[in-house]
Amino acid sequence: MALLEVTGLKKSFRDPEGRSMAVLDVPHFQLSAGAHIGLAGTSGTGKTTFLHCLAGILAPDAGSIVLDGESICPGSEAVRDSIRARSLGYIFQTFNLLQGFTCLENVLLGMSFGRGPDRARAEELLRRVGLADRLRHLPRQLSTGQQQRVAVARALANHPKLVLADEPTGNLDAANARDALALIREICHEAGAALICVSHDPQVLSTFPERLSLADLNRAARRPNPVSA
Amino acid sequence: MTLPLLIRRSLRQHALSTMVTAISIALAGGLLMAVWSLKQQARQTFEQMDGGWDAVLGARSSKLQLVLNAIFHLEASPGNLAPADVEFIARNPAVHHVVPIAMGDNYQGFRIVGTTTNLFTEHEYQPGRKLQVTGTGRLFDDGYREAVLGSFAARKLGFKVGSEFKPYHGLNYDANSQHEETYVVTGVLEPSNTPADKVIWIPLAGLQNMAGHDPATATDVSAVLVKLRAPAAGRQLDQMYNKQGNRLTFAWPIGAVMSQLFDKIGWFDRVLTLVAALVALVAAGSVLTSIYNSMAARRRDLAILRALGARRTTIFGAIVGEAVAVVALGNLLAFGLYFVILSATALILREQTGVVIDAWQFNAVWLWAPATLLGLGALAGMVPAWVAYRMDVAAGLTPDS
Repeated sequence: MALLEVTGLKKSFRDPEGRSMAVLDVPHFQLSAGAHIGLAGTSGTGKTTFLHCLAGILAPDAGSIVLDGESICPGSEAVRDSIRARSLGYIFQTFNLLQGFTCLENVLLGMSFGRGPDRARAEELLRRVGLADRLRHLPRQLSTGQQQRVAVARALANHPKLVLADEPTGNLDAANARDALALIREICHEAGAALICVSHDPQVLSTFPERLSLADLNRAARRPNPVSA
Repeated sequence: MTLPLLIRRSLRQHALSTMVTAISIALAGGLLMAVWSLKQQARQTFEQMDGGWDAVLGARSSKLQLVLNAIFHLEASPGNLAPADVEFIARNPAVHHVVPIAMGDNYQGFRIVGTTTNLFTEHEYQPGRKLQVTGTGRLFDDGYREAVLGSFAARKLGFKVGSEFKPYHGLNYDANSQHEETYVVTGVLEPSNTPADKVIWIPLAGLQNMAGHDPATATDVSAVLVKLRAPAAGRQLDQMYNKQGNRLTFAWPIGAVMSQLFDKIGWFDRVLTLVAALVALVAAGSVLTSIYNSMAARRRDLAILRALGARRTTIFGAIVGEAVAVVALGNLLAFGLYFVILSATALILREQTGVVIDAWQFNAVWLWAPATLLGLGALAGMVPAWVAYRMDVAAGLTPDS
């Protein structure tokens, strides 16, 4: 049985003129537990929208998303919040760390809405990503690479079944990107978490044995935006 | 742990606006509590501050003027009474004892009041308590130029037993109108927390015969303080002096007379309360604007929290909690301000009237004013909390630039 099963996923937005603009049209997508997949997506192929739908941040217009037997959609927002807090980890391109909180607090907050804060695990995760001596540092006191590592630790804090990484190396130089990617994959592997890593960078994607193109997956990205009144 | 941490950090991140808002709450709360407590304590104290007397007899005038003049040593005397009037009321079977007083002089602004020693030996200003001279002092002798000072007057003037002074003519201090007579202080009274504390007491004959006073009225007094055998007996005297006579005024009961004063200035009281309530509303508004204005800056943080799994209700609670925390901080400061305002006012009131107000005396306003402000703060916090509640998470996660 697949860990993640997506069927008939559709999402559209309104343009400034009020016309409906289809962004996502994914007939079917599935992912096995513990699988790591590289998803190629250039700008405008709906990659962030796809990940936001998978994470339950956005509610799709149609279709179903089932994660480990739990329905993210259709489902209420409260259920989506709960699944996101318990079963999903999200690594953002811009890290999205809370600037007023220390590294440790950022990771603890990642746990707070799910299984509850576990200080020992948060410290262990930060140690694992090489930030044992930066627990009480604020994000602005860290380098870009270190901030990314905090984001990785936070994404893994709740023992997620699935980690979504949106251009996780987009803000890093080549060396840091290589290290960060290796770390993400390693930690996900250790935790037994499946990983969907969206990137436009062929070098990043080449590290994944299993790769898919979002353009192939998303029918809305293959044709000019259909416009309906 | 999460909600308090979120609230604490947000307050710290917006420390300046938090402090400014808390100070505006403190001003509102402090003013509200001070105004409320002052009006209640002042009314209560003035109505109960009768110095142990049931009534005042004086020249035809308003009862209020008579009481303010004879009991509180404020206002001018409305006129004089002949010795026969004093003897007449003293012989009335309903009267327990009377003390005549005469005034018209001062020493550096402190009123000099001529009286008889039974004010100290016979009269109780509170049940079981008489005006007593401290330490080695003694009461004045009727036939001598001697004085006994109220504790507050003695302290302010720096007078002790043996100090000498020359009175000034009139109730207000005028350096050019000093009398020739020299008085010696024979005693200082123990504090009574009554207007008697700010008076310089001398023998009645001393004031009546002061050089420069009209010899034709040398035996007159300004008023007679009356202690009845039973307070209800005042009704008969009230009838006799006020309704059947037209030469004298019998101010009875003293508490009711003072109550009229507060009823007359009730509008001022209501204006003050209204002002305080408006200040409280403005303060609640400042909570609203302070948090609301910071919403744009914290939009991303809130979106991140939502992306981490925080529910809308959690975010709503965090914002309302923040508003409540700011008000709670303001309330703490408000108590500080309250005690400063009340202590300062108590000092002024004591100097001007001799009446003592206790800043530490519990008042229900200590409970309902902070609670009301907390409620208003929570209501004000709900507006930005609703904005946060309705926020588009996906849009919030997008960097601004």
